[in-house]
Amino acid sequence: MFYSPVITNAAEAAKSDRLHLFKYVEDPDQDKLDTFVKHGGYAAWRKVLDGMKPDEVIAEVKTSGPRGRGGAGFPTGMKWGFIPKDSPKPRYLCCNADESEPGTCKDRVLMERDPHGVIEGMAIASYAIGCHLMFIYIRGEFFFCAQQIEAAMKEAYAKGYLGKNIFGSGYDLEMIVHTGGGAYICGEETALLNSIEGHRGMSRIRPPFPAIEGLYACPTIVNNVESLASVPHIINRGGEWYKTLGTEKSCGSKIFSLSGHVKRPGNYEVELGFSLKKLIYDEAYGGGILGDKKLKGVIPGGSSTPFLLPDMIDVNLDYESLVEKGSMLGSGAVIVFHEDTCIVWVIKKLIHFYRHESCGKCTPCREGTGWLEKIINRIEAGQGKPGDLEKIDDICNNIMGRTICPLGDAAVMPIQSSLKLFRDEWQYHIEHGKCMVKSDFSFG
Amino acid sequence: MILTEDSVNKIKEKAKQYPRMKSAILPALTIAYQQVGHVDPVIYEEISSIIRIPALEIAEAATFYTMFHKKPRGKYLIQVCHNISCSLMGADSLISYLENKLGIIKGETTDDDIFTLVTVECLGSCATAPMMQINEIFYENLTPEKVDQILEELKNKD
Repeated sequence: MFYSPVITNAAEAAKSDRLHLFKYVEDPDQDKLDTFVKHGGYAAWRKVLDGMKPDEVIAEVKTSGPRGRGGAGFPTGMKWGFIPKDSPKPRYLCCNADESEPGTCKDRVLMERDPHGVIEGMAIASYAIGCHLMFIYIRGEFFFCAQQIEAAMKEAYAKGYLGKNIFGSGYDLEMIVHTGGGAYICGEETALLNSIEGHRGMSRIRPPFPAIEGLYACPTIVNNVESLASVPHIINRGGEWYKTLGTEKSCGSKIFSLSGHVKRPGNYEVELGFSLKKLIYDEAYGGGILGDKKLKGVIPGGSSTPFLLPDMIDVNLDYESLVEKGSMLGSGAVIVFHEDTCIVWVIKKLIHFYRHESCGKCTPCREGTGWLEKIINRIEAGQGKPGDLEKIDDICNNIMGRTICPLGDAAVMPIQSSLKLFRDEWQYHIEHGKCMVKSDFSFG
Repeated sequence: MILTEDSVNKIKEKAKQYPRMKSAILPALTIAYQQVGHVDPVIYEEISSIIRIPALEIAEAATFYTMFHKKPRGKYLIQVCHNISCSLMGADSLISYLENKLGIIKGETTDDDIFTLVTVECLGSCATAPMMQINEIFYENLTPEKVDQILEELKNKD
């Protein structure tokens, strides 16, 4: 098996004093422990065990205040702080590597090419919360990622970076690689915990939050791969340094997965606050729209986030600026489509995914996504009827905010956004029984 | 037993790591699936006898996760992502191309039991679209020429 051939901006990161996640991802030996150490790897792990108290580690991460990179954007340090100090139960850390939000392909690169970086981040987070058994939940289809992480883990054990009494500190840490079975919902933290416990991957009602009662009803932290991969850099260079990256409120760097109708789709690490327009059009990144066609729309943060129209892309990629434009940063998956794309067809593709991935626990999501798919497929097939859009609106409103986990909201947000921004096109489709523009894309 | 000694040992080895045995269900299913190519009630019983968890609980989990095919399939399982990023890059054409080439429609297996063609949800190859996964391997940035070459190589292996 082999690395994904995805384009990265590793060359830019290598020269930069600020970018750090992608610095060595194009080095074919970065997955070997010796090379990783030569590049400064595991220094933060040693530093932590050499004399930092768990609270100091949490404080350092809290200072810089990075928000979770998995999609929800919850501040990482604050999450760690929720672990009860006095609980007699064991604590667990779970790295969420169930990357499956359409458009998102960033964690895969980190696991394939820099697996020790992920393990180091997990180890430091474990230490901070007092955990002695950490898990990484890798989606089942990512065989190569699991192989890479497992190989790195074995090397880390063999050389004393994991296991008993690490570096003579008296601290023990074990690790389990757990692979999934193909279910998007398991990227939701409580479903992920159920899945590790051997149950169907269905979400749990919160509270209790995982930090209080998570895996095996013990205090648990679930963090995304990229969030954890940033941690060693925060420890090495300090929270104050990390805070200088990005914007005042959205600090740090972030990997954006750029896909769809661009000339250079790829994974690009940039500081938060980077221009979306630049990401799409600059030669060093997206390089502009495929075939120099006209841009029609952008999904900025993974398939669950509302659309941006061409006149809205003059926006900075940070949590706050995208909310101002009515969308979200999400997982940082920027999906671009040009003028030859039918919006009803786009929504048909999206709703199919959410209907398929709904776990079935909450009625509004289970039934609602099915109804939406049927109506949308009918419209797309040219059988739309007057009143369909109102019906779609109504179903959306009855899913939004009425489910245990955010999958329902995620299914609805792009639909509602398309009805608002592209209503004419929906109406045209219903009235004429065909697309305004035909999405007919050949491959290769 | 359908599960080989090697699979049984792998399952036992993995199960030992967990604080609770029930957590071994998914890894056990994965190991069984990798050996057999599908899972079914006979397999659930066998796993049950290894990890001492009721077969019903194993079936309950197995039927939730789509990655574990429940019926025998061809030697090579071709899974084509048909979500938005891949579709924008021609996943629909890729599926038709494969259907024509293999003489089957999606969901079917070729008469010689070599290839099964299915569509799947996002496989995290959005910036290298379109893509397909054949058994454990990802094939990305596909073109018709690449598809021809990949299928030819697999056929010649047999």
